Amino acid sequence: MSISGTAEAGASVGKGAALDAVLGRAVERSQRRHRWIMAGLMAPSVLFVVAFLVLPIGLFLWRAVDNPEIPRYLPRTAAAAALWSEGDRPPEAFYAALVEDLRGLGDTPAVGLIGRRLNYAVPGYRGLVTKTVRRLPDAGVPSKRDALLEIDARWGDPRYLAVLQRQSGPVTDFYLLGALDLERAPDGSISRVAPEQAIFIDLYGRTLVVSLGVTAVCLIVGYPVAAVMASAGPAAANWLLMLVLVPFWTSLLVRSTAWVILLQNEGLVNKGLIALGLVDKPLALVFNRVGVFVAMVHVLLPYMILPLYSVMKGISPNHLRAAASLGAPPFRVFRTVFLPLSLPGVAAGCTLVFVLAVGFYVTPALVGGPGDQMIGYFIAYFTNSAVNWGLASALGAFLLLLVAAVYAVLGRAVGFERLKVR
Amino acid sequence: MAAASAPAAERLVRLAARVFTGLVLAYLVIPVFVVLPLSFTSGQLLVFPVPGWSTQWYRDFFTNPVWTGALFNSTVIALVVTVVATTLGTLAALGLHGSRSRWKPYVIGLLVTPLAVPVVIFAVAIFYAFATIGLVGTYLGMILAHTVLALPFVVITVSATLQSFDPNLVRAAASLGAAPARAFRTVTLPIIAPGVVSGALFAFVSSFDELVVALFLGSPQQRTLPRQIFSGVSENISPTITAAAVVLLVVSVALMGVMEALRRRGERLRNPIAETGP
Repeated sequence: MSISGTAEAGASVGKGAALDAVLGRAVERSQRRHRWIMAGLMAPSVLFVVAFLVLPIGLFLWRAVDNPEIPRYLPRTAAAAALWSEGDRPPEAFYAALVEDLRGLGDTPAVGLIGRRLNYAVPGYRGLVTKTVRRLPDAGVPSKRDALLEIDARWGDPRYLAVLQRQSGPVTDFYLLGALDLERAPDGSISRVAPEQAIFIDLYGRTLVVSLGVTAVCLIVGYPVAAVMASAGPAAANWLLMLVLVPFWTSLLVRSTAWVILLQNEGLVNKGLIALGLVDKPLALVFNRVGVFVAMVHVLLPYMILPLYSVMKGISPNHLRAAASLGAPPFRVFRTVFLPLSLPGVAAGCTLVFVLAVGFYVTPALVGGPGDQMIGYFIAYFTNSAVNWGLASALGAFLLLLVAAVYAVLGRAVGFERLKVR
Repeated sequence: MAAASAPAAERLVRLAARVFTGLVLAYLVIPVFVVLPLSFTSGQLLVFPVPGWSTQWYRDFFTNPVWTGALFNSTVIALVVTVVATTLGTLAALGLHGSRSRWKPYVIGLLVTPLAVPVVIFAVAIFYAFATIGLVGTYLGMILAHTVLALPFVVITVSATLQSFDPNLVRAAASLGAAPARAFRTVTLPIIAPGVVSGALFAFVSSFDELVVALFLGSPQQRTLPRQIFSGVSENISPTITAAAVVLLVVSVALMGVMEALRRRGERLRNPIAETGP
């Protein structure tokens, strides 16, 4: 009896263990399947963003150091350039390689590409290349060097030769240095470019001044507005929120256009000022820094107010009452309780406004003057008008670096869920 | 004495803050609507006071092939972008919701990156990339680029809806014998539908209003409404531009109004459950 009982119990235990194992395997299989399904659901979006955002931006940034023209179209010259040390007279073999490469190119568009590339470094190089290609010496001449110098004496100029030598590697620091107003002297040392060519340090300064200024104005203007919204009753708060959201939802283009119309000489703002007797003749309010500030603050203010409001709404009035009941005067309640609790909103708002402002392109292009354009404008300019993709890419790299640095320091405060409303 | 004056000072501060708020909100809202009366002017100039009223600029907008073509392009591109972005984004949000992978934060980070990158960098980068594969100046190129920018809005909006979604409902459907596909179609989808619709509206507006990518990728054939307005404003502002701006304004405000209504409806529907819940 007892024996059979034990045996029975043993059998049931064995059965139970087997069942557990089967169940365990089934659960594991089902979980694995679940994981695969979830990964499969995310995969299309992930691949899409990688293919059409991450990869293009990576390739774009690579162009800041990429230097394909000379190694590709003048391969022998590039190889020969490595053989002589800078400052010395180039050997005859170098000139021979150059003549042979140029002859191989003939009339192809590659001549133009090389000319353009070298022209970035020394203005006038393009003309030298095209001139030389047209009058290449015969293969039989005893000295290619003499023949080239006869075509143009600049082939003996260390400045031109150093550029050709230094720019013949597969990568270059030329564009990154150029975007910082720096250049390499013929001896290889890094120095500032001539003051009249230096435009980029000014550009970063201007971009930072405008972006920080707009952020500061948005904070000063937005903070009290958010506080009033947060302290209003639910119905009033809803209305106030709608008034912030309507401009937020409106196309940036429509708003910038509206400011051009409002701020022009015959615009409503100037007419109002004259009617009020504040000024005699119209003020210049648009196509200058004033217009840029007015329009950019208008576009970006909701990005400050919304995160501030959402944080301030979460501050319990009980904290404020507690502080007041302990005898703190209103300003002290604000300074020691409300202000510290609202700081996450300040961080989030300032991050958003600043990061968006540094990348602005459309609004300054519409309401700013030539002296108000920011980095974004020059990236577009070097892509479309000046066709210096390396420089556009170097500027883009520095802009991206700035944005990434701001996110790295303050990004945790942002919480992208708050961007739900555009 | 001090005690008596403190509330008065406080009232003054409150009043000042309210007046200030009113002024700021006027500054925010008035410029949005300033194009409205100007678009109905009978004159040629964009000045106040408006000399008389006329719908001539709207007639020009809806008959001039330059503008109708731009409106057509914007609408078609935005519609295709909406379908693609909503499909991809909703699937991704469902996957993120169900996933417990340690890669999840990185996937979220990747999917919101399009919002964090300055749009001019994205536009130039996609221009270079598409130039090498012949997609510049094509509808496909515009649609792909706009979809990248629209995707985060869908992912964020649908994810927010899924936060309040009770997974027990799907389990209940499954225990009653529904296959996963059927449970999704009859239980999950109807519940998250408002979020999906909101995401789709966001996607539509983000593409319909988009300018920078359109400037780089579009050839004259893909000229969109924002691009046409932009080139008009940079050259000379004719009242037809204000009519076009009003169309843009009406489309975005109307769609966002629908979204706000959906959000409020969702809140009303959620709150009673929260109150009667355990």
